Amino acid sequence: MAGKIVTEITGPGIPLRGNDIDTDRIVPARFLKCVTFDGIGKHAFADDIKGLAVKGETHPFADARFANAAVLVANQNFGCGSSREHAPQSLQRWGIRAIIAESYSEIFYGNCVSLAIPCFTADHETCAKLQDAIESNSEGDLTLNIAAATATGPCGTIALQIQPGAQSQFLDGSWNARTGLLENLDAAKAVAEKLAYVSNYA
Amino acid sequence: MGQSLYHKVFDRHCVTQLASGQFQLFIGLHLIHEVTSPQAFAMVREQNLSVPFPDRTFATVDHIIPTTGAGRQRPLQDPLAEEMLQHIEQNTADFGISFFSPDKNDQGIVHVIGPERGLTQPGMTIACGDSHTSTHGAFGTLAFGIGTSQVADVLATQTLAMAKLKVRRINFSGALQPGVYAKDVALAYINRLGVNGGVGFAYEFGGEVIDRMTMEERMTVCNMSIEGGARCGYVNPDQTTFDYLKGRDYCPEGEAWERAVADWQNLASDADADYDDVIEIKGEDIEPFVTWGITPAQSVGVGQNLPAVDSFAEADQIVVREAYEYMSFEEGQPIVGTPVDVVFIGSCTNGRMSDLREAAKFVKGKKVAEGVRALVVPGSQEVARQAIAEGLNKVFDEAGFQWREAGCSMCLAMNPDQLQGNEISASTSNRNFKGRQGSPTGRTLLMSPAMAAVAAVEGKVTDVRKHLEN
Repeated sequence: MAGKIVTEITGPGIPLRGNDIDTDRIVPARFLKCVTFDGIGKHAFADDIKGLAVKGETHPFADARFANAAVLVANQNFGCGSSREHAPQSLQRWGIRAIIAESYSEIFYGNCVSLAIPCFTADHETCAKLQDAIESNSEGDLTLNIAAATATGPCGTIALQIQPGAQSQFLDGSWNARTGLLENLDAAKAVAEKLAYVSNYA
Repeated sequence: MGQSLYHKVFDRHCVTQLASGQFQLFIGLHLIHEVTSPQAFAMVREQNLSVPFPDRTFATVDHIIPTTGAGRQRPLQDPLAEEMLQHIEQNTADFGISFFSPDKNDQGIVHVIGPERGLTQPGMTIACGDSHTSTHGAFGTLAFGIGTSQVADVLATQTLAMAKLKVRRINFSGALQPGVYAKDVALAYINRLGVNGGVGFAYEFGGEVIDRMTMEERMTVCNMSIEGGARCGYVNPDQTTFDYLKGRDYCPEGEAWERAVADWQNLASDADADYDDVIEIKGEDIEPFVTWGITPAQSVGVGQNLPAVDSFAEADQIVVREAYEYMSFEEGQPIVGTPVDVVFIGSCTNGRMSDLREAAKFVKGKKVAEGVRALVVPGSQEVARQAIAEGLNKVFDEAGFQWREAGCSMCLAMNPDQLQGNEISASTSNRNFKGRQGSPTGRTLLMSPAMAAVAAVEGKVTDVRKHLEN
């Protein structure tokens, strides 16, 4: 059972500036008390939104201009911290369908692939240019092409990077690893038989 | 050219290379808790899958469990917490998975009970829906945090799709000064390499400092790997490892034990192993560290002043400014003397016996400073039993600490233990992220258990080395 094929994502952007934005900021821990991911989208950046509101400022995720955004543009080490899938689940349920950033935490990146959220990388200047362009034209759509690894929008067509493995998984619909893993279950059992600890070194 | 432990263990567990270029790895030990597993079981049910290796998964409840006796009465007061507890009870029962539970008095933080029960053994691959799974690397395992979809992958196949990491050897030479602990070693390498310096790497910790460490100290060092961006960190197994494991519940016995040790000895990285990167840190150069900001790399030696914003690379200045604003600290101010409202001793980083013993040394016969709320939370019910047998609970109690029951407690505050308002806590946990300890404006200073203990007594950040005569 292959998943849907992801070739292109189109939608308005949302800029989120700053390095090291962690999973506790994406969705604060108190909203993790749940046994499903339903409804977790509305808690995205809940505390950052409140913290800025107190100062009379508006967080991008509370800014009406970006309410329909689908493409998040962030900076370095995005999604660091916890392994909780609640973070990308929250972003996805809020409306994010793809991310461009300078770099990602590995666990967060892997979680995004499992949810069919393509994560592109670009250098600091490119991310900043995209963030500025989105700020000045929040209505404009960005089109992300998975095969070409490009973003096309208000500032023309920009080259991005995408990990080749993840790229092929989006293009052939195999981003949900489970299907492929299940096919090799017998081989996995054979590996287990050769591991002495599995039989407690008997 | 020799091999590192990382590659030896990886190769043993490799099932096949997948079309994506990743490798399918058999997972020897799967640990689950109540926060990241319910949705995974739902995925397994939804796809009508079975769990082929139920005896290789072990469960506990740690994040949401209250740490007071009254708070643990069922049903739990918080209906959402009760629901999560019921789910893990039901899911483990339905799929035949062992559950370390408060009912059986064997519950604890997932990364405390794995080693404590002898489930964590050298040469294993270990996964858990929790980023601090890196802790188990202390035993010479490849142990990493995974997301919920991957928890479902492991439940359904006992395997994961993983990319091969690069290996960075971090050598700690020489010796630590008195008053400097494993926690300081962890904060030191994160300070040096940054919170994303380890992305794409497994960290191999070695050198005289690590060789001399106890298993509990090595766990503290490996626990924080993920805070430096490294998904896993490990120490090569040695006699210290084997001595720790011998006789534990899930370890082999008799001749099987001998066979296991012989196997484990071969796993350590070869002397001529090829590393992608090597870093040297002198043990003598490490001071007691304290974090001052909102990432675990934003730290200073306790004797230092807070750094100037313009001493950071331009790209990092946004988060540095954000940290100063959030913490209400000023550039150039000393960290020592910073008043604290709360002291938290516990967590998967520092909630084990040696942590409690060390903290107790600095607390014995003293009183918690006026106005400071101080908590000691053992990492497991077994740690609590041992601590009580040694009378540590009394030492803390007499000093005015609250002695609690086992759980994650205030490390991430998904339970009633939370900071209020913009309180500052001296915390032995692993993350000083904004809002991490339960209040959206709460502030966290990470430090060692000994430093936290003296902060409790003095009511402010204090150099533990001034208290060493005690």
